[in-house]
Amino acid sequence: MGEFKMKNDINILGIETSCDETAVAIVKNGREIISNVVASQIESHKRFGGVVPEIASRHHVEQMTIVLEEAISKSKLDWDDIDAVAVTEGPGLVGALLVGVNSAKALAFAKQKPLIGVHHIAGHIYANRLVSEFQFPMLALIVSGGHTELVLMKEHGNYEVIGETRDDAAGEAYDKVARMLKLPYPGGPQIDRLAAMGEETIDFPRAWLEDDSYDFSFSGLKSAVINKIHNAKQRGEQLKDEDIAASFQASVIDVLTKKTVRAAKEFNVKQVIVAGGVAANKALRAELETQFKTLEIPLVIPPLKLCTDNAAMIAAAGAISYEQGKRSGLDLNANASLVLK
Amino acid sequence: MNILAIDTSNQVLGVAILKDGQILGEVITNLAKNHSVRLMPAINHLMEEVSMTPDQLDKIAVAKGPGSYTGVRIGLSTAKTMAWALEIPVVGVSSLETLAYQGRLFNGHVCSFFDARRGLVFSGVYQWENEEPRTVYEERNLLMEDLLKELIDAKKKVLFLSPDITIYKEMIKQYLGELAIIPEGPYQLANPSHLALAGMNHEADDTHTLTPNYLRLAEAEANWIKAQKEKKQNG
Ligand SMILES: [Zn+2]
Repeated sequence: MGEFKMKNDINILGIETSCDETAVAIVKNGREIISNVVASQIESHKRFGGVVPEIASRHHVEQMTIVLEEAISKSKLDWDDIDAVAVTEGPGLVGALLVGVNSAKALAFAKQKPLIGVHHIAGHIYANRLVSEFQFPMLALIVSGGHTELVLMKEHGNYEVIGETRDDAAGEAYDKVARMLKLPYPGGPQIDRLAAMGEETIDFPRAWLEDDSYDFSFSGLKSAVINKIHNAKQRGEQLKDEDIAASFQASVIDVLTKKTVRAAKEFNVKQVIVAGGVAANKALRAELETQFKTLEIPLVIPPLKLCTDNAAMIAAAGAISYEQGKRSGLDLNANASLVLK
Repeated sequence: MNILAIDTSNQVLGVAILKDGQILGEVITNLAKNHSVRLMPAINHLMEEVSMTPDQLDKIAVAKGPGSYTGVRIGLSTAKTMAWALEIPVVGVSSLETLAYQGRLFNGHVCSFFDARRGLVFSGVYQWENEEPRTVYEERNLLMEDLLKELIDAKKKVLFLSPDITIYKEMIKQYLGELAIIPEGPYQLANPSHLALAGMNHEADDTHTLTPNYLRLAEAEANWIKAQKEKKQNG
């Protein structure tokens, strides 16, 4: 065996369990997916209207070795071909992270491989490297249920957070508004779908914060949507759900796009990438594409499958750490609030 | 036959290596410190001490609970993945049964338990026969008071084993009086060597399907099931 591996190829096995996906992948040279397996728990959490941490942790234990086996067998690689084990050490749900971290440590120990702890957001960023090679300086917009961040990268493995949310993440606001509109979980794609059928009839606020700030805030918008719905109800006024969705989404996209554009210009970046679950949002993709086409700055958005949580992105980020000689010890722990640096 | 035993199901962190029925070494701490950080270094250290490499292991025994949900998962994630990677069998042993091994020379009922808060305990009751722990009462999550009432009715001497013994010591004496035997501190902690021994005697589990024994539904799931039942009753 080992026929697929050239002498200088680096194969990294990645493990991701930070939320409700149990995922294992193998990536070659940080760029090429050899296998990528994701066991989603979404069906189990649907009945609760959101991810229940204890239940997520329980599912991870049930799934881990099954997903590992599938990823290895699909890769057709030997253990000799695997150079290191990379794992999400944070941020995320601590109980969920612990399953991945301890499994990764056991695997690294059993097979005597180097162990590499990876930041979940670094993973989301590196999902784009599975599509095209990075051009530095680069700006990354990360939008998901847990994150809204602008990260500037001047070289591989070097992250400068220039803006982040001060309250809710964009995806969180989506979920809350979806709940108000009684849409099924997960709400993000549902709002995107509804919004496409509606019109921006309501002028919801945009939180620009200070003039020079790249930070975000979505709690005010969320409250404005809730108030609007309440007030309309009391007055017996008819609001179309499609229009609420379209107006809400317009506010979110306006802020995300304008701040990203301003940062891209200020830092003179050669490339802009989008990452995280909300990167799957059609309206956001379309607006960013329009803006950056005009600016002639290359924009990269990963395919849907790589936007949501997966382990290929963890292996891809781990490959850079591996090349840079970064290693974790067997005392690696899960860190729910790990800082990106 | 080299067996590695792992117990992180409660506050005790225990690792042992058993070679052909003999203990080569063990690590035990009873500290409120992070199992996730300390387990793999402890295994690594012990393996080095006894000059054994991972690929020389033949079986892994792991305490599968009940206990701390997180603790149990740390142990199982580690044991299952290691067993899978090394292609060796893994066996999950009840944390209560492991503790009951401390009473294997006792002639009477052996009651091992862990505090589960609000007067509840995770408990199993055993009787040693022919060097095997026969289950008298299945593992349950119940009120200590209810358990003690059952034990009174049985009219047998009971050996109580628990790291949480101090919480219930007075209550046990009050209910069972002379029937209750409560040994000294060291007997109250699970021993990973006993886990290894139990693991040797038990048949291996399927690595993929081995799951923790929480003895309790997750709170959200229990509430959900309750809500479904109410829905059904109301039409
Ligand atoms: Zn994510």
